[in-house]
Amino acid sequence: MSDTWIDIGGVDEIPQKGSRVVKTTSGDVAVFRTVNDEVFALRDRCPHKGGPLSQGIVHGTSVTCPLHNWVIGLDSGSAQGQDKGCTRRFPVKVEAGRIYLDVALALPRVA
Amino acid sequence: MKQKLVIIGNGMAPGRMLENLLEAAPDAYEVTIFNAEPRVNYDRIMLSPVLSGEKTFEEIVIHGDGWYIKHGITLYKGCKIKTIDRAAKTVTSDTGIVESYDKLVIATGSVPFIIPVPGNDMAGVLTYRDLDDVNAMMIAAKSRGNAVVIGGGLLGLEAAAGLAEQGMKVTVIHIMPTLMERQLDPAAGHLLKKAVEERGITVLNGANTKAILGSSRVEGVELADGTIVPADIIVMAVGIRPNAVLGKESGLEVKRGIVVDDQMRTSDPDVFALGECAEHRGMVYGLVAPLYEMAGILAKTLAAEPAAYAGSVTATKLKVTGINLFSAGDFAEGEDREEIVLRDARQGIYKRLVLKNNRIVGAVLYGETSDGAWFFDMLKRSVDISEMRDTLIFGQSYQGGTPLDPTAAVAALPDDAEICGCNGICKGKITGAIEKLGLKNVDDVRSHTKASASCGSCTGLVEQLLKVKLGDAFNPTAIQPMCGCTELGHDDVRRLIVAKSIKSIPALMQELNWKTSCGCAKCRPALNYYLLATWPGDYVDDSQSRFINERVHANIQKDGTYSVVPRMWGGVTSAKELRAIADAVDKFAIPSVKCTGGQRIDLLGVKKDDLPAVWSDLNAAGMVSGHAYGKALRTVKTCVGTDWCRFGTQDSTGLGIKLEKFMWGAWTPAKVKMAVSGCPRNCAEATCKDVGVICVDSGYEIHFAGAAGLDIKGTEVLGHVKTEEEAIEVIAALVQLYREQGRYLERIYKWAKRVGSTSIKAAVLEDATKRKALYERFVFAQSFSQKDPWEERARGVAAHEFRPMANLTFKQAAE
Ligand code: SRM
Ligand SMILES: Cc1cc2nc3c(=O)[nH]c(=O)nc-3n(C[C@H](O)[C@H](O)[C@H](O)COP(=O)(O)OP(=O)(O)OC[C@H]3O[C@@H](n4cnc5c(N)ncnc54)[C@H](O)[C@@H]3O)c2cc1C
Ligand code: SF4
Ligand code: FES
Repeated sequence: MSDTWIDIGGVDEIPQKGSRVVKTTSGDVAVFRTVNDEVFALRDRCPHKGGPLSQGIVHGTSVTCPLHNWVIGLDSGSAQGQDKGCTRRFPVKVEAGRIYLDVALALPRVA
Repeated sequence: MKQKLVIIGNGMAPGRMLENLLEAAPDAYEVTIFNAEPRVNYDRIMLSPVLSGEKTFEEIVIHGDGWYIKHGITLYKGCKIKTIDRAAKTVTSDTGIVESYDKLVIATGSVPFIIPVPGNDMAGVLTYRDLDDVNAMMIAAKSRGNAVVIGGGLLGLEAAAGLAEQGMKVTVIHIMPTLMERQLDPAAGHLLKKAVEERGITVLNGANTKAILGSSRVEGVELADGTIVPADIIVMAVGIRPNAVLGKESGLEVKRGIVVDDQMRTSDPDVFALGECAEHRGMVYGLVAPLYEMAGILAKTLAAEPAAYAGSVTATKLKVTGINLFSAGDFAEGEDREEIVLRDARQGIYKRLVLKNNRIVGAVLYGETSDGAWFFDMLKRSVDISEMRDTLIFGQSYQGGTPLDPTAAVAALPDDAEICGCNGICKGKITGAIEKLGLKNVDDVRSHTKASASCGSCTGLVEQLLKVKLGDAFNPTAIQPMCGCTELGHDDVRRLIVAKSIKSIPALMQELNWKTSCGCAKCRPALNYYLLATWPGDYVDDSQSRFINERVHANIQKDGTYSVVPRMWGGVTSAKELRAIADAVDKFAIPSVKCTGGQRIDLLGVKKDDLPAVWSDLNAAGMVSGHAYGKALRTVKTCVGTDWCRFGTQDSTGLGIKLEKFMWGAWTPAKVKMAVSGCPRNCAEATCKDVGVICVDSGYEIHFAGAAGLDIKGTEVLGHVKTEEEAIEVIAALVQLYREQGRYLERIYKWAKRVGSTSIKAAVLEDATKRKALYERFVFAQSFSQKDPWEERARGVAAHEFRPMANLTFKQAAE
């Protein structure tokens, strides 16, 4: 299994309370860094109308979608409050300041 | 499968019904509303304060456009339903829209009655029913001429008071011997007449209108006795008729109104009628309280819950500031009736209770009405008053010997005593909500219970209830917290930033005890602005606390691409700029180029990764960011002015460009739009901008506090100055004051309304020292903010924003 973890860059390449995009063959993945340096990865599509979550404001362990202000939990991928919907999560881990994304889900093999 | 619910009419009754329905069964229906009036649902009963100038239309909107969007409701504004086809289950509008329904609600309200006299269709004859009528009256009032109001009832007197307030000379023509005879007995009617006349309004009782005189528009009214009263406008307020045409034409049972059963169902089981157009057990109603009761019943019926309407007893209040009048029930004299009357001529107080079998059946209060709710409550509950008969008329506070203080009196009310008549909200519901939901102020109570949210005359009682429940913790002027992360309001935070010399967001959250680790999407952008505006040059902008548009200096579009709007100073461009724009469009395959509503060009659909390169090319031709994305100075629209126009009085284009070049880059609480017109023809539309200038022969008329977006508001005149230099200084001082006082996202017109235009005029126009100081603070702040953000990013600043962190699409190909 370990061969599906890919090093996508250093934690410090993402601003705190910010996000960067990783391009994959099955669409963009948004990788978030919280104020406490936790790292999360979600499909970069809001469950509401597909807004790019990577462009939202990150607060606590949530991000507010830039299009219509839905608040999505980074750890669950689910919309919070009154809104309903869920976006896919991807496994990420941080080792020695590097971020590894499990690409098994992000890069489905054709074969 | 959702059922289709179509509603005809978007007045107060269906508005309330939908609120209840969305609570009871949010997903049961797909709702479509047709409204003949071209606007959203507003509080019709507050038209009188709008007419008298005490409120603006924006303040009386109940559901703004956003509400319909949020609930997925389709609202056709200005769309009148012409026919209902009950067999096919469709409705058809005058604009040709055909909509099918599973359930139909007719809520078409009433139509004002027009008395059948010659000349009644002449220009200048108005009714009093909707905002258009109010606007027409306000325009007519500008002439300061004569107004005649026909009808001395509730509506007529409110119209008369409003028109007098607007500066017209008003005569009320009333056919009966006393005013408001349907609600008041002659004695109270007489007191009312005196109070009305004290406002300079002439009252003619027992006057019968014979004809309306005039040639192309009204000139006067002729009475049956030959008297002629001159008039520039005539307002007919002689009563209303249920608007039941659609019911009649589609073959439903109609008497005075469309007949409904206790579930608000008409003679067709899939068609309901609601509000003033409905007739229930032989009664039609013309006040909101009963309509709101009906709305609650209908919502339940539609949500398939059992409910039955049993009819309502109504109470009336006159909404003319300074006149207190309350009337409820029935006070005709009769064998079996007794009455208790209290008169105090010197204080202008008159109270009368009509009793039957020791129970109150009618109440008229004039001058002092605070016991209205208490009497009305006992009337509705048919309370036996024999025990307190001797002191009854003195009101609730005298029961029990010593006068109670008002709070104790409210505390003593039973839980089912009605507090808010308009919305039928009783005490228990309010106190329950205060406890359960932790409500802290009147606004909270309004939004959670609706109490005091309509005519507002029970606000005092609601405050008392808050006091009873919260004790000293209730502070009537309590402020709204910025967001869920703090108890502090915007103004407190701004004050504390200065008082404690707070210079960063983390420090602020620490010092001011923020409840969350790093704020939320509401407070962070506000805090970032406050710190930036307070400490120019000192504070380091926190880009992670900015909304994406301000973080990347372009507007995000629905597909995740961006739009780019370069500045076009004062709306003037050149071949060189246009060529550079054209080249960029070709080079980056930009799909759409559009002229904006702000006199410049928008390049839409730019890929995020391309932004820095597009900017670099535009920079090369001398163009900079237009801040179309920012809470900042947007555009300064201009007209051609003296350069070309035969009417131009000053160089409007030149002044516009000077203003834009001087003020661009300044961050503000919300966006700021300006315009300069070369003469009062006002081709640059300066009178609906945050700041506008109208050039005149003698100089420059400076306007402010206009808007033309979600709300439409004409500007107010700030003042007149003689030179361009003065105009620029005053405008910079005005914007600086706004930067220092405005709450985040509060446009200039809202700020001006909150702090009062007089205080603004005093600071930026009348007090030269203050103006100078404000101007200098603005100039100082500008020295840090006039850096083109596009140029910086084209050079490589914040590059991480525009590049993916990793691109795994290549990786896979390589595997
Ligand atoms: C491009 C433009 C429409 C056009 O094609 O003409 C436009 C486009 C948008 N307007 Fe506007 N407005 C544009 C002129 C206007 C005008 C007309 C004017 O400025 O003379 C108004 C009414 C005047 C006023 O503001 O009072 C206007 C009132 C609004 C409002 C309502 C603001 C309000 O406080 O009532 C919003 C919503 C908001 O700001 O929250 C808005 C918001 C928007 C946003 C930013 C919506 C958004 O958040 O994405 C749109 C961005 C599109 C983009 O990416 O470029 N736009 N918008 C115009 C750009 C002008 C410019 O050159 O900068
Ligand atoms: C100036 C004024 C002051 C008032 N003051 C008070 C007060 O102090 N207290 C009080 O209790 N009541 C007061 N009222 C009465 C109160 O406003 C009404 O009882 C209430 O608004 C009626 O609500 P409704 O929904 O039945 O009808 P409305 O609010 O009249 O709404 C009916 C709507 O249906 C639309 N419509 C009609 N025909 C069609 C069609 N064929 N297709 C599409 N749309 C259609 C109309 O344009 C209108 O917008 C006042 C009324 C006025 C005018
Ligand atoms: S450009 Fe303005 S009016 Fe047009 S859709 Fe966008 S926000 Fe609405
Ligand atoms: S797309 Fe995210 S909130 Fe609408």
